[in-house]
Amino acid sequence: MIQLIGVSQRYGAVDALQGVSLTVARGEWVALVGESGSGKTSILKLINALARPSAGRVQVDGQDVARADPIALRRSIGMVFQRFALLPHLTVARNVAVVPELLGWARPAIDARVDELLEQVGLPAAAYRDRMPRALSGGQQQRVGLARALAARPRILLMDEPFGSLDPLTRDALGRQVRALHGALGLTTVMVTHDVTCALLLADRVAVLHQGRLLQVATPEALMRAPADDRVRALIETPRQQASRLAALQAGS
Amino acid sequence: MTLNANLHAQLALLPGYLHGHVALCGAALGLGLCVSLPLALAVARSPRARGPVMAAVSIFQTIPGLALLALMVPLLGAFGFWPALTALVLYSMLPIVRNTVTGIAQVDPELVEAGRGLGMTERQVLTRVQLPLALPVIVAGVRTAAVWVVGIATLSTPVGQVSLGNFIFGGLQTRNWTAVGVGCAAAAALALALDGLLALLERAARGRSRRRLGAALAGLALVFGGGALAPRLTPASPSAEPAPRHARARGDTSPVAPIAAIRVGAKAFTEQYILAALLTQRLEGAGLKVEAVTGLGSTIAFDALTKNRIDVYVDYTGTLWSSAMKRSDPAPSWRVQSELAGWLATTYGVRDLGALGFQNTYALAMRRAQAQALGIRTIDDLARHAHTLRLGTDYEFLQRPEWTHLREAYGLRFASKTAFDPTFMYQAVAREQVDVITAFSTDGRIDTLDLVTLDDDRRAFPPYQAVVLLSPRAADDRRVIAALTPLLGALSLSRMRAANASVDRSADKKTPAQAARALWPGPR
Repeated sequence: MIQLIGVSQRYGAVDALQGVSLTVARGEWVALVGESGSGKTSILKLINALARPSAGRVQVDGQDVARADPIALRRSIGMVFQRFALLPHLTVARNVAVVPELLGWARPAIDARVDELLEQVGLPAAAYRDRMPRALSGGQQQRVGLARALAARPRILLMDEPFGSLDPLTRDALGRQVRALHGALGLTTVMVTHDVTCALLLADRVAVLHQGRLLQVATPEALMRAPADDRVRALIETPRQQASRLAALQAGS
Repeated sequence: MTLNANLHAQLALLPGYLHGHVALCGAALGLGLCVSLPLALAVARSPRARGPVMAAVSIFQTIPGLALLALMVPLLGAFGFWPALTALVLYSMLPIVRNTVTGIAQVDPELVEAGRGLGMTERQVLTRVQLPLALPVIVAGVRTAAVWVVGIATLSTPVGQVSLGNFIFGGLQTRNWTAVGVGCAAAAALALALDGLLALLERAARGRSRRRLGAALAGLALVFGGGALAPRLTPASPSAEPAPRHARARGDTSPVAPIAAIRVGAKAFTEQYILAALLTQRLEGAGLKVEAVTGLGSTIAFDALTKNRIDVYVDYTGTLWSSAMKRSDPAPSWRVQSELAGWLATTYGVRDLGALGFQNTYALAMRRAQAQALGIRTIDDLARHAHTLRLGTDYEFLQRPEWTHLREAYGLRFASKTAFDPTFMYQAVAREQVDVITAFSTDGRIDTLDLVTLDDDRRAFPPYQAVVLLSPRAADDRRVIAALTPLLGALSLSRMRAANASVDRSADKKTPAQAARALWPGPR
């Protein structure tokens, strides 16, 4: 379980977050949406102690992040990055093995885990483990990124724009695959995205941020049905219109 | 001496010179890495230190190599290996520090952030993300440093470190272009070999290839180990000059301890090479072990002697009178000699063993034809025409008190003044690029180039008697004194000039050792 309690954060004179309170229940998938600079990524950094709040508290599984060992905390949380951020000088297998290596796992255990994970994310280990990241497509690289995030069996998965730089087909396939893994592994997932459609389709609840403030946290259905104000309405207007036009097209054909 | 024999003689010197060069470069690069990498990592972490540190390491690059090497001698109060090493380490720092800092700064910040997000400590971010990704840039910097160090190490000869520069400085002074060529080729080959091996090392590290890594390490071991062992692998042939062993500065030996090997010094010009060979032959003839330290800068030779880094060399009374005693008053030869001997003994414990018999004075020289056309016979005559004439000098003359004194005594005003390497100074006057040069009276080229020396009626130049000086620790060594005393008063100006000419000329060229033997054929 992840809890943000009255969290504010200032960078110099800029308020990145102002009085944000948010609870992510165990096994839940919450998507953070909002335009650039709304504070989405700041929340991820607070959860894995890459940043400290100026006010308020952040708790992970009931423990205050400020008092936890940040290194141990980060190793216990899986993280997927926007532009994959695979280490270009390491093979696929060594990239996946980064966190188990940091944790000092035995080599056979690491090898077995790497193979298992590559199969789980849809990359046959025999064909992919010794390849270099630059030889992979974007979708394949992000699968490796996902395998790396899950390598040390984290309970929490943080994703920063995980599908942002993928083509639509890959985005959809990978999104559904991650959702399936989320369920199968019992993960608690926080995903940052500016793709509202993606958030509505994948998340259990969607949190809408605007200029560092939390406007609304609701299930996709509730958000569509009863947006809290005009700003939330505007945000979901585009996916709604697209959906209805697509529905009309389908009905016509 | 034929070209082939000359080449053979030069190649016989290669192991000794290569050893000095490789030992110096290896130590300088190793130490340079040990200093530069931690410094660069510290700078990479604190951006505020970046400006000042980069400025500091850049400043060393702006100092010319020879000047930086020369500066280290008084700064360290040492001579030979240590000042050369210090200067080369300073030189190697810029490319290594700059490339390491730049390489780390160029690593994609998203990858650094990802490393932290995955739970790496700052140290792990450095070793697992930043350094591996910056490695090609860092190795490029090390390769640049290696090439620079090998090149600049040739300039360590004048401060008393044996290097491949001994070929170049010695060859330049004795107009032995084969020697210069051998020195340049050896330095270039060493630089290319190091550069290639470092490149191989980098590819091995990146590709995690043990075979390449082994080949690169074996190659480096061969260069450094082979260079270090070179003198033992190839014993110099007995006919060649004694191969100088490395002239590392060691701690002062107590004056009462028996001297294991007498170190014979020489400045960087033909006469000095011949006299050093002559001293060596006499000392070896007396059964003493001798090491040669040649190609020294003028004042460095004297400093080295006072500190027991060399034990014997020939200097000139006028030089010591003005440069060491800082005197500018003209005095007759006998007074200069007696005052100098007393001053050397009381100030440094250096022994002035006595004069060899000839003077090597500065003299203004002109082409005979031009001197006759203008009716110039004395420096007084010259002063009337000087404003239309161009003066060529060696490197040091215009900085020496003799020049001030000469200029004021005769009211000399030249149309232009240019400093040359002595070899090129003579060529310049012969080819009419300058009109008057500061020749040395013993120089064989005065005759060969048909120059005339102008009379110094006002005695503006102090006397330059060639005297044999002994270091404090050798001052009372009877074996040394006994071996060298027969030389005193025995060398006339004409014989010295002929000996110099036999080494400097192009046809039937002699080595300094052959010229020395011709000068003093006595029993060895």
